[in-house]
Amino acid sequence: MSGLLPSPLLALRGIGKSFLGVRVLDGVDLQVRPGEVHAVVGENGAGKSTLMKVVSGVHQPDEGTIEFAGAPRTFRSPREAQQAGIGTVYQELTLLPERTVAENVWLGREPLRRGLVDRRAMLGRTAELLASVGEGSLPPDTRVGRLGVAQQQVVEIVKALALDARLLIMDEPTAALADHEVGQLYALVRRLQEHGMGVLYVSHRLKEVFALSSRITVLKDGRAVTTLDTADTSADQLVRHMVGRELSSYYPDPAQPQELGPVRLTVRGGGNRKLRGIDLRLRAGEVLGVGGLQGSGRSALARALFGAAPFSTGQVTVDGAPVRLRSPRAAIRAGIAYVSEDRKGEGIVAGQSVLDNALLAGRAVRPGRLGRGARTARVRELLAAFELRAAGENQEIRFLSGGNQQKVVLARWLALAPRILLFDEPTRGIDVGAKSAIHDLVRRLARDGAAVLMVSSELPELLGMSDRIIVMRDGRIAGELAAGATEEDVVALAVGTEREAAG
Amino acid sequence: MRIARPLRLLRFRSGGLAPIIVILAVLLVLLTARQPDFLSPPSLMSFLGRSAPVVLLAAGQYFVIVSGELDLSVGSLVTAQVVIAARLIDGDPSAGWPVVVLLLAFGVAVGLVNGLVTTRLRVPSFITTLGMFLILVGAVYLWSDGAPKGGLSEEFRLLGRSAFEDVPALGRIPYALLLLLAAAALALVLTRSDFGRTLVAVGGNPRTAELSGVRVWRAKTLAFVLSGLAATLAAVLIGGYSGVSFQAGAGLEFGAITAAVLGGVALGGGRGSAVGAMLGALTLETLFTLMNFYGVSGALKPTVQGAIILIAVAAASFRFPSR
Repeated sequence: MSGLLPSPLLALRGIGKSFLGVRVLDGVDLQVRPGEVHAVVGENGAGKSTLMKVVSGVHQPDEGTIEFAGAPRTFRSPREAQQAGIGTVYQELTLLPERTVAENVWLGREPLRRGLVDRRAMLGRTAELLASVGEGSLPPDTRVGRLGVAQQQVVEIVKALALDARLLIMDEPTAALADHEVGQLYALVRRLQEHGMGVLYVSHRLKEVFALSSRITVLKDGRAVTTLDTADTSADQLVRHMVGRELSSYYPDPAQPQELGPVRLTVRGGGNRKLRGIDLRLRAGEVLGVGGLQGSGRSALARALFGAAPFSTGQVTVDGAPVRLRSPRAAIRAGIAYVSEDRKGEGIVAGQSVLDNALLAGRAVRPGRLGRGARTARVRELLAAFELRAAGENQEIRFLSGGNQQKVVLARWLALAPRILLFDEPTRGIDVGAKSAIHDLVRRLARDGAAVLMVSSELPELLGMSDRIIVMRDGRIAGELAAGATEEDVVALAVGTEREAAG
Repeated sequence: MRIARPLRLLRFRSGGLAPIIVILAVLLVLLTARQPDFLSPPSLMSFLGRSAPVVLLAAGQYFVIVSGELDLSVGSLVTAQVVIAARLIDGDPSAGWPVVVLLLAFGVAVGLVNGLVTTRLRVPSFITTLGMFLILVGAVYLWSDGAPKGGLSEEFRLLGRSAFEDVPALGRIPYALLLLLAAAALALVLTRSDFGRTLVAVGGNPRTAELSGVRVWRAKTLAFVLSGLAATLAAVLIGGYSGVSFQAGAGLEFGAITAAVLGGVALGGGRGSAVGAMLGALTLETLFTLMNFYGVSGALKPTVQGAIILIAVAAASFRFPSR
């Protein structure tokens, strides 16, 4: 590259960060120039959010240096980063809903006059700032709670401006916005850019990245793989950089066509607050993989089918008969089981014994003396078959490893002999050995005639385990892929590059 | 690896009860040092009979606390039941059993309201039962124009004050003790039933319970009903033993909660046993007896209870740091 580039506003060199021995960031270099919108992309868990938290002072890097506005800096707290001129708009908004726009913008730094808050000055300056970003129509004395998400974001941004921020971090700013609001956000970001502000823009959505950014840094497994000039980059190239790894081959064999049985579950026109227009069929003997980004509706789909966050529209049938899955209890009675992605919060009762945990669903749905001995015997059998490692069946489950806890959760469900199994991230937080045991088990269940739906954010797992994959985006099924699809196919559907799905 | 055979089972089972057994033993030793015949059958029988109401309430409170809630209304429910019984019986010997049935129904009703308001209207149980406490106190005053009316019949009072006399070796066995043993056996069966285990899961992690098909609202409501029933039985005993008064149940809710916490039942739910709660109640009664013998003012009772709650909860949070 030739010519004189402006000196960088922010320069990160060799940033490294570990949590509990897990390396989350590894030697990350990144530069943001004044007036540049610099996008940071990567898969879930690539380290994007951690990197943003390092820049905004929430986390301190273990190694590497941060240079801001030409001087090396260390930020021990978000406040120090703010004072230095780094503003952040978080995914979740942090405003006080009961206060006005102006009060939020000046919170903790209210302009004073003779020791009292100078309301007039506060309102006036807020109005100026709003006007400077083209939002002059927003009255500064409105209560924030009455504003929509998009307008609240404007307030967050103005709050950063009031602090004389020169760099703005935006972490998934469009995640909660409606389509027409996204356009307003674009305009706002461009105006900030004209003011010479640098913007670090984290997003899953390639469309936004291409529309807004001048350069893109790709993070993968905690490393900055490459930094690209947006103008010279295609969506396909970007996806390849984001994925770029080999598919390992220790997954069990997929189902043969003759192993597929009748249709177990159908959904037509299913929708609720997080899902729209869901149509799907699930056959006995198959593993249907569900891909998509975080918040795309992949977990919401599993929860809707289990009645935990039910469909409000559409029809569901199980084995041909219409069912109403209004609660987990109703779903369980229809022969459905669900393994949550949040094992600690929704899967186990930490203080109860292994046996109590494994018996929970059976006790709840089919209580009574009859069959009590048989039920316990069945659960013991399952735990033994899973080679559970525990000091005994009366040990509290919280002392078990993640993999062994998951085996107990599985035993709980299999004791009920469900015909439809919904797995949400079944191997999250589980060590490699137990992982492949769970993969084998999932396949064995399908082979024995169960219909399996498996949500996974790990692409190798999704591709390795599934007979068929649906990919979710924005609460809809963005497309379906047959076995043999590539990681690029899944990511392309998930982020929405307009490309035909293979298969 | 296979599951190790249940040799270690005992250790896990007794683990929760060991502290309260040790405390109770120490107090009993101190007590016999001062009053050597305390452990003699007649004195012990009468002590157990006197303690029966609080032990019953502690068992009832166990179900509510282990499900993650709290029942502050039991003390005033006891008062209400005693006052209601006095007015309805009004000295009529034949009214005894019908009125007991009516009281049981009232206890169930109060439990149902507590449970449904807490679970279906999502009012925190602390507030629900505090409200119920005040409602019952006020209603009883209003209903009896400020002074208890009527009186309990001798027949009604039998259960609380009489005993099988001249039993070989033991001497006198109060009816109250027999009622207590029956209720304790029932509580034990309940805690080991599907309902009892599910209730602990509800208190330990309501999300997991819900997603495993448990009707959380129903389980919690039943717990409140059990507490209401326990309070009713306690009221029958207290009415018989000490007669009618607006103070009949005063402060019993805190006694029951202190007992449960002392017996290892975790506030917030999910951990503890009914046996522990009942042993906790006996321990508390032993402690008060001990204080009495050593001439410590009875006015200190609430202070001691408060200190016990604080210490027991703090000790539990050291033993079981965040879940």
